[in-house]
Amino acid sequence: MASLDRVKVLVLGDSGVGKSSLVHLLCQNQVLGNPSWTVGCSVDVRVHDYKEGTPVEKTYYIELWDVGGSVGSASSVKSTRAVFYNSINGIILVHDLTNKKSSQNLYRWSSEALNKDLVPTGVLVTNGEYDQEQFAENQIPLLVIGTKLDQIHETKRHEVLTRTAFLAEDFNAEEINLDCTNPRYLAAGSSNAVKLSRFFDKVIEKRYFLRDSNQIPGLPDRKRFWGGTLKGLHYD
Amino acid sequence: MSFLIDSSIMITSQILFFGFGWLFFMRQLFKDYEVRQYVVQVIFSVTFAFSCTMFELIIFEILGVLNSSSRYFHWKLNLCVILLILVFLVPFYIGYFIVSNIRLLHKQRLLFSCLLWLTFMYFFWKLGDPFPILSPKHGILSIEQLISRVGVIGVTLMALLSGFGAVNCPYTYMSYFLRNVTDVDILALERRLLQTMDMIISKKKRMAMTRRTMFQKGEVHNKPSGFWGMIKSITTSAPGSENLNLIQQEVDALEELSRQLFLETADLHATKERIEYSKTFKGKYFNFLGYFFSIYCVWKIFMATINIVFDRVGKTDPVTRGIEITVNYLGIQFDVKFWSQHISFILVGIIIVTSIRGLLITLTKFFYAISSSKSSNVIVLLLAQIMGMYFVSSVLLIRMSMPLEYRTIVTQVLGELQFSFYHRWFDVIFLVSALSSILFLYLAHKQAPEKHMTP
Repeated sequence: MASLDRVKVLVLGDSGVGKSSLVHLLCQNQVLGNPSWTVGCSVDVRVHDYKEGTPVEKTYYIELWDVGGSVGSASSVKSTRAVFYNSINGIILVHDLTNKKSSQNLYRWSSEALNKDLVPTGVLVTNGEYDQEQFAENQIPLLVIGTKLDQIHETKRHEVLTRTAFLAEDFNAEEINLDCTNPRYLAAGSSNAVKLSRFFDKVIEKRYFLRDSNQIPGLPDRKRFWGGTLKGLHYD
Repeated sequence: MSFLIDSSIMITSQILFFGFGWLFFMRQLFKDYEVRQYVVQVIFSVTFAFSCTMFELIIFEILGVLNSSSRYFHWKLNLCVILLILVFLVPFYIGYFIVSNIRLLHKQRLLFSCLLWLTFMYFFWKLGDPFPILSPKHGILSIEQLISRVGVIGVTLMALLSGFGAVNCPYTYMSYFLRNVTDVDILALERRLLQTMDMIISKKKRMAMTRRTMFQKGEVHNKPSGFWGMIKSITTSAPGSENLNLIQQEVDALEELSRQLFLETADLHATKERIEYSKTFKGKYFNFLGYFFSIYCVWKIFMATINIVFDRVGKTDPVTRGIEITVNYLGIQFDVKFWSQHISFILVGIIIVTSIRGLLITLTKFFYAISSSKSSNVIVLLLAQIMGMYFVSSVLLIRMSMPLEYRTIVTQVLGELQFSFYHRWFDVIFLVSALSSILFLYLAHKQAPEKHMTP
């Protein structure tokens, strides 16, 4: 059972957008009854069939790491969070459709996670601004999910969805908009479920089937600095 | 004619303060949220504007700007407006927003918010009973009644904050209290955290696999819910779901552990940053300030105790006393009237500016710590209420720092309150707050290093 291969996917976003509800829905196919503040990081596991329905079908564990907090946290909290950004294979960016600021903060979230490997001391030197070049050479697959779709009034829906389409384009990622308290958005066969499946397949592909020496930039730097203490924990 | 000019000056300054409050709200408080109800922003800015106007009037009093009768008129007007806001407007809106959050009562929002407001008024009124703050000759709905109660709440708040601040300030500034944290400690703790996360993951993998096989076999895992669910689960239990519950309990314990480790690691990172900061010039400067503030804090506690024990209320303000000392003992002669005006202006100005700044910073920190996207409106209004009451009582207490000739207007406007009572009350609460903060910080400091220092 534990011998299946695994991939690690980060779930990032502002406080209160619904990351915990989303992760619960993705992993247990149930709605989370009592969402509460996430302190630190909470992990859940989803069993995913890679290339389902084809002869090369294989089952993988997808670890969803839901990191709590806000972009404006103290730098000590950011340094602590940085410990979870080791060797990630995919990132899910979550924002609240009813709150524009949470969408804008996604740029800073992705910078925080992606710049992690480039600065060995763990202290961020960038101020989190959007950098086109950084996203162009980014190898890690991204997915943008907008939550609380049910709270958007019908008349405003079009405007909101246009805005999120631009957002997803900036990240060069697919986007899904749903309501975490309603499982039917991710029902098997719906377009959302297909997009999700494709995203996970892409993550697994990048990790296991397109293996080349310079997969994740900066990872060798990290190993040199910490002397391999943390790397040794991840058994492959 | 001069009245019109004076009024226009006042109104311009009020608009300036309103703008400043608006900007502060947008840039600092609500920088991570979207403002959907502009009412909240308006109320906050209005409260801020009128509170600052009161301070402005004190400064004008000292400097002798504007006509004295128009000053008096504006004092009264300002006071009425701010009392209206603090007692009627803000509590009503707090009730309204609380009720809007509760889905059940959505239909009759207005009714329930009125009920909440009436409850608030009842307790607000009852607050006046145990305190000897009024003489019975005042009517029921006079300004003095309202101000005295607002004053009690505000003075309590001020003393609490001031006591805690007086103790916390040297504790954070001085590097003597910094625990020694090395990189090795941090690495060790991070390693434990990641190990715990790995344990959680392996257990969750088992659970996910079990659920998948159960689902494929056609069993459905139902969490026992309700009374009959529990009875049923005792008699007939699928082995799969029993297993799951056991593992779930283990996972819960591990998750609690991971949260603790995360908080401790964040704490260690923060301490390490402070150690680095204390080695810089700025850090050393603050360290020195810390020693200075600790002496000041001890002095204040001492004075508060003396005031209470010997039951004395200071009659003269620090400015006049300082001038007396220099003239009598040091023999330096100078124009008392001229200098006392300027020195008291500077002193009172510094007190006002630092208390406004300190309050805004504290409110911002509080807001970040406890607000969420649902409750942000309610919390901002609560903060506006606290801010208004704080500023009103500052005016009450600042009277003590002003020379006699400037005190008259405050006494005139606020009516015949027992000012000495408020000072005594401030001293008592300050003492209590400072001593309990010392106790609290001592316990917190003692408890932390033993947990994860390398032996």
